[in-house]
Amino acid sequence: MTVSVALLFPDLLGTYGDSGNAAILAARLRWRGIDSEVITVRSGQPVPDSCELYVVGGGEDLPQSQAAVQLGADREGGPLRRAVDRGAVVLAVCAGMQIVGRSFTGPDGAPAAGIGLLDCSTEPGRGPRMVGEIVVDPAPELDLPALTGYENHAGATSLGPAAQPLGRVRVGCGNGPGRGVDGARSGKVIGTYLHGPVLARNPALADLLLTWAVGPLSPLDDTECDDLRGERFAAVLGRPRRRVRAGRG
Amino acid sequence: MSVGRRGLAVLAAIATTVVERCTLGSTVVATERPPLPARTRLAAGIGLATAGLSRRLGRGGGSVIGGRAILAVDPDALARLAAGRTVALVSGTNGKTTTTSLLAAALGGPGAVVTNLLGANLPPGLAAALAAGGADLPAALEVDEAWLPRVVQATRPRAVALLNLSRDQLDRNNEVRTLSGGWRAAFEAHPDVTVVANADDPLVVWGAGRAGAVVWVGAGQPWTDDAGGCPACGGRIDFSAAPGRGWACLGCDLARPALDVSLDGPAVLWRDGLSVALRLQLPGRANRANAAMALATAAVLGFDRTEAARKVESLDEIVGRYAVVDAGGVRARLLLAKNPAGWLEVFDFVRPAPVPVVVAINARIADGRDPSWLWDVPFERLQGRLVVATGERSRDLAVRLRYAGVEHVRRSDLLEAIGASGAPDVDVVANYTSFQQLRSRLA
Repeated sequence: MTVSVALLFPDLLGTYGDSGNAAILAARLRWRGIDSEVITVRSGQPVPDSCELYVVGGGEDLPQSQAAVQLGADREGGPLRRAVDRGAVVLAVCAGMQIVGRSFTGPDGAPAAGIGLLDCSTEPGRGPRMVGEIVVDPAPELDLPALTGYENHAGATSLGPAAQPLGRVRVGCGNGPGRGVDGARSGKVIGTYLHGPVLARNPALADLLLTWAVGPLSPLDDTECDDLRGERFAAVLGRPRRRVRAGRG
Repeated sequence: MSVGRRGLAVLAAIATTVVERCTLGSTVVATERPPLPARTRLAAGIGLATAGLSRRLGRGGGSVIGGRAILAVDPDALARLAAGRTVALVSGTNGKTTTTSLLAAALGGPGAVVTNLLGANLPPGLAAALAAGGADLPAALEVDEAWLPRVVQATRPRAVALLNLSRDQLDRNNEVRTLSGGWRAAFEAHPDVTVVANADDPLVVWGAGRAGAVVWVGAGQPWTDDAGGCPACGGRIDFSAAPGRGWACLGCDLARPALDVSLDGPAVLWRDGLSVALRLQLPGRANRANAAMALATAAVLGFDRTEAARKVESLDEIVGRYAVVDAGGVRARLLLAKNPAGWLEVFDFVRPAPVPVVVAINARIADGRDPSWLWDVPFERLQGRLVVATGERSRDLAVRLRYAGVEHVRRSDLLEAIGASGAPDVDVVANYTSFQQLRSRLA
């Protein structure tokens, strides 16, 4: 059997290298001898409901609402909802998380319907745009090491009772200033504001998603990822903050 | 290079003393145009003196700190220094420095034109360039894409060349289409500007859409992933026509405009039938496109197209880019690529395997703090040769190369990285600040 990873609308939702998440999932299966493929679904193409994993990335306001409509946000059911009902795994990053939530603010400033896979809603944050390195301590039941990423968003996300946060924010903003948490999860659907892309910096999260899709996995040599993680944690947590000079040239 | 706010204050104070003495007897900036206000003359003098001091102290080119001093003394200095002068601006994500250099050459080169090199493309750098150059010379200025509206407002250019827009420094320019919208509003407010615009980039076409006059150039834009959603209606843009043949929105009537200037193999073809042969020494498709943009802009300023073409052919490097240097016995060709769109063009002229490629990645403010764009570069194309990952973010790159299936090693030190492959010839592709570091290490 070939495990399929669907990369949804990279032409609309691919601003922050999020297509890397799909490539990483497929590679980590391949390296373990499991056949895998990335199915790239571009805007305007039909979304298959038969894949094992789905990756939805971040994007700008206008493309985001385009993508939501193509995923069936404006009608009952839709391919992604059908896939999740069948047991598919979804990783939704930034605008992707907003889309798979219940509602987000559209480009015209009015609330737009999401797909409702996660019980969360997003509105424009009150403060400045949230940009920078972020460190999240995942919820204990996920049994994951600390997550490192980079966030860049204006939206602030509130969770309803049917969603749990991905984890507690140690550095950065996550779902919004003062909320102290990042992301949303429900069943096998995970949303987060971490890009980088998130799975490049957090191979254990990649393997958790893969385990949900295909069962237990053998370990891989992640020395290079560990090097990168060590550097990022040292940069963000390890040293006192220093003033940074602005400007080019 | 910045020497910090306190250093600036000290330098400006010293410079003020120097300038006050010399402004008593003679004007600092000679002019036959409407005379500059005393405040602007003083500002320019202080700026030049500050820049000179900065250079003598070994702090770099000095244009940024000098320009800051100018704008601190006279906040309107940019407008006043540009007033009455023929100004052409060049902006966009990629190719600004190269196109500005080509345009400056087309306008007659050093001595005949005022220009800002070394990437000092914010208002301080622009003010410093104008203050340092002859007051009645035309100016060819590279302008940061986010600052373009304010610089258009201040300098009242005759022509503005718009090259392309794509993701770059996303931590600062959060949404590419916001930049495009800002351009559109700026040109609507200044209908006397002639825009020379890349018709192959929908975000540029939208940005130029309200200009009083547009020269549309088929300059190409192989990277299309930032323009999939129509800037006018949000509909889907269809790029399925053959590359360079056009694009159209499926939801509204935004489409590639008819071309006034196009690339015809190695020649540039104008709609009036004139075909100008180009024998560039700079490599690649992107540089032919940059040259076409520069020639079209020179033509707007009234320069002879064929003569201008002869002048741009003389350039064989652009502030170190494309130069081949000796680095500890290795012949290293230096190339710049700072975002996915730039990388697509660089793949076009990186030498074929087995020539190793050294890739240097930093993530300083001028690079963008977020190197996630590495995942949008198809590094898979470097399979079959050794890649050396270096720069301050070489670990991000190493992970990317691992997933791309590219054989690689990592060396933190830039010069050590050039020697690491053991090959006599390498191509070095660096992003913005790592390129600067490399140049100063090799100097």
